[in-house]
Amino acid sequence: MTEEIIIAGFGGQGVLSMGKILAYSGIMQDMEVSWMPSYGPEMRGGTANVTVILSEEKINSPVLQEFDSAIILNQQSMDKFEESVKPGGVLLYDPNGISKHPTRTDINIYKIEAVKEAYDIGNTKAFNMIVLGAFLKIKPLVKMENVLKGLKKSLPERHHHLIPMNESAIKVGLEKVETV
Amino acid sequence: MEEVRLMKGNEAIAEAAIRAGVDGYFGYPITPQSEIIEYLMLEQPHLRTGMQVLQAESEVAAINMVYGAAGCGKKAMTSSSSPGISLKLEGISYIAASELPCLIVNVQRGGPGLGTIQPSQADYFQAVKGGGHGDYRLLVLAPASVQEMADFVDLSFELAFKYRTPVMILSDGVIGQMMEKVVLPPQKERLSNEELIKKYGSWATTGKPASRERNIITSLELKSERQEAHNHKLQAKYKEISENEVRFEKLNCDDAEYLIVAYGSSARISQKAMQIGREKGIKVGVLRPITLWPFPSDEINKLADQVKGILTVEMSAGQMVEDVRLAVNGKIKVEYFGRYGGMIPSPNEVIEALEQKLIGG
Amino acid sequence: MAEILTPEEIIKQGEPVFVKTKLMTDNTLSYCPGCGHGVAHRITMEVLEEMGIGDQTIGVAPVGCSVLAYEFMNIDMQQAAHGRAPAVATGIKRLFPEKYVFTYQGDGDLAAIGTAETIHACNRGENIVIIFVNNGIYGMTGGQMAPTTLEGMVSSTSPHGRDVEMMGSPIKMTEMVATLPGVCFATRQAVHKPGLVRKAKKAIRKAFENQKDKKGTSIVEIVSNCNSGWKMTPVDSNIWLEENMLPVFPLGDIKG
Repeated sequence: MTEEIIIAGFGGQGVLSMGKILAYSGIMQDMEVSWMPSYGPEMRGGTANVTVILSEEKINSPVLQEFDSAIILNQQSMDKFEESVKPGGVLLYDPNGISKHPTRTDINIYKIEAVKEAYDIGNTKAFNMIVLGAFLKIKPLVKMENVLKGLKKSLPERHHHLIPMNESAIKVGLEKVETV
Repeated sequence: MEEVRLMKGNEAIAEAAIRAGVDGYFGYPITPQSEIIEYLMLEQPHLRTGMQVLQAESEVAAINMVYGAAGCGKKAMTSSSSPGISLKLEGISYIAASELPCLIVNVQRGGPGLGTIQPSQADYFQAVKGGGHGDYRLLVLAPASVQEMADFVDLSFELAFKYRTPVMILSDGVIGQMMEKVVLPPQKERLSNEELIKKYGSWATTGKPASRERNIITSLELKSERQEAHNHKLQAKYKEISENEVRFEKLNCDDAEYLIVAYGSSARISQKAMQIGREKGIKVGVLRPITLWPFPSDEINKLADQVKGILTVEMSAGQMVEDVRLAVNGKIKVEYFGRYGGMIPSPNEVIEALEQKLIGG
Repeated sequence: MAEILTPEEIIKQGEPVFVKTKLMTDNTLSYCPGCGHGVAHRITMEVLEEMGIGDQTIGVAPVGCSVLAYEFMNIDMQQAAHGRAPAVATGIKRLFPEKYVFTYQGDGDLAAIGTAETIHACNRGENIVIIFVNNGIYGMTGGQMAPTTLEGMVSSTSPHGRDVEMMGSPIKMTEMVATLPGVCFATRQAVHKPGLVRKAKKAIRKAFENQKDKKGTSIVEIVSNCNSGWKMTPVDSNIWLEENMLPVFPLGDIKG
């Protein structure tokens, strides 16, 4: 099993940290992982994306042009990555701020109102964990216990008190994801 | 128990440096390798091992700080990215000429000039053919994973002190910025000053006791006969290194009809290309040089008797291809494929290039 | 009238008035006769011997006339690339804080190509001694203009005299670095008269004592002659130094 994922959105949305938590969760499940970010001056406010690969085998190329799954969180990323999902693959997106919705019919499209849900639970910072929960519902690559271990590993100790909040945000995502 | 962590290649280098018992790191920030000094500054290794970390005023100053420290027999290193390495070349030439052991890390970005901050492998010539002035060589290691970023730090210092020569880790923005699982090496003790003097006191400047002549670290020799003799000594050392320290990895080469030669992140991409090629029925293997100098010329020459053609894959306009052609010496066709200026080749592009250039499309 | 003794007769009496420090080698100095470098070398080595720290000191030689300083100073030394001595000294001192470290640099090395390294080593307050020999010219390469060359002064690259409109004014590095908090002692000395030699030696001693007490960077500028670069006899060059160099580079402590 190898899952090749692109997560793309604005800098500051927690795109890179979501990828890191996913990768760490993979490690906790004894998988091989890689996390390859876009890097450079286009960080905060600009686009940010990260390629995460989880695999039961050794990972060769960490840089990819096509993906099994795309998690898309803004319009620029939709424009850039909709076409790079492999036929039969998954595209998960938050419709907030999306003016041109995905049109492909050869892939499975899901949406999660993560901005809205995060606002509703009173924690806009939990946005990325809601998205992660939604993705894990569609692709249960890692068990919840390993996600929690991954969270613990990737957060600095001073933020460990936030783990229960993150866990409940992930659960919101698990419940609220919809098929398009 | 083994300690497994998810780390960026740059962070792995920094942590491995602390664990290798490095005495001093001197650097200047430049993308895409600033995480090395950032990690070290955050980690405060002076509290863990006594290792000193200093942000210098320039890359030029940093390499000269390494020179001073290495001249004392200390384990010293610096890191930078392509334009910064260009600035360091004067110092590197002095270090090689003065026969000082040290580690220089280059996390390459696209050039020439200020270029781009995106990954590249266009500093191959600079790294393996000298770079600075005069007849010298760097021993060049090319990691292809975060694990190798960590592992090669200690290896570099072992080699640097064995041969009293500067070693370069030639990486790139992909390997520096990506995170992978890494098993960290155990902590090595730093040498005490007494141990250091015992091991390196014959040449290092540690303060002249009455019992020995003064030690001088210099690359100056105004008498041409003596300067030539010094060069002979350096060349003899380089010959010994090239006979003993060639490292490479072969993947699916046993039955290969076509061979891809690629290093670093290009080797990772080429492995994926190999997988795609094999699925299509093309018998392709990958040879990954781990040392770029000394270069695995003999192995490539041997493989040239077996395969029908070789493709080098590089994030440059075609640099390593020259060394592969020298190794093959006209026996078979050697072609190049690459993207550069910060662009990264895709596995599909690689296999298409192989089909077009070697098999004939 | 007292009998005038020949040098041989004085030595025979067993009480020599001068003994060369053991920290100078027996190699013949490569400097021009009358040049200040020889005296500056000697008093530096005498200070180390008197403090008993010659076996704990690492010197850094520059590029310039004193590139071969390690031929004459009988201590462990490193030769640095042009201008980089303060960076090399930083690398040594940071990893060997218990050793004494000094650089010995000329004006071209310290005040032109090595300006950044000088200022930043001083700004970090590196606990080292910088000995800065300022003779207003590039001696080794044959008398080219230095950053400290005086206004109107002739050199091979200012053959019509230094035109400050075009070439800038002589730079006062010691005054500049004296403004930095990391510098504990900045002084300008000379070695062309016996009294001045004694003062210069005292200043060098103070600089090394500062290092012993971990006070930060000490810089001792020594205004010197360059009789061959200035195209004068040694005696004339010392007079010229007094009349022309010292008004621009006045002697005395600037800081500390």
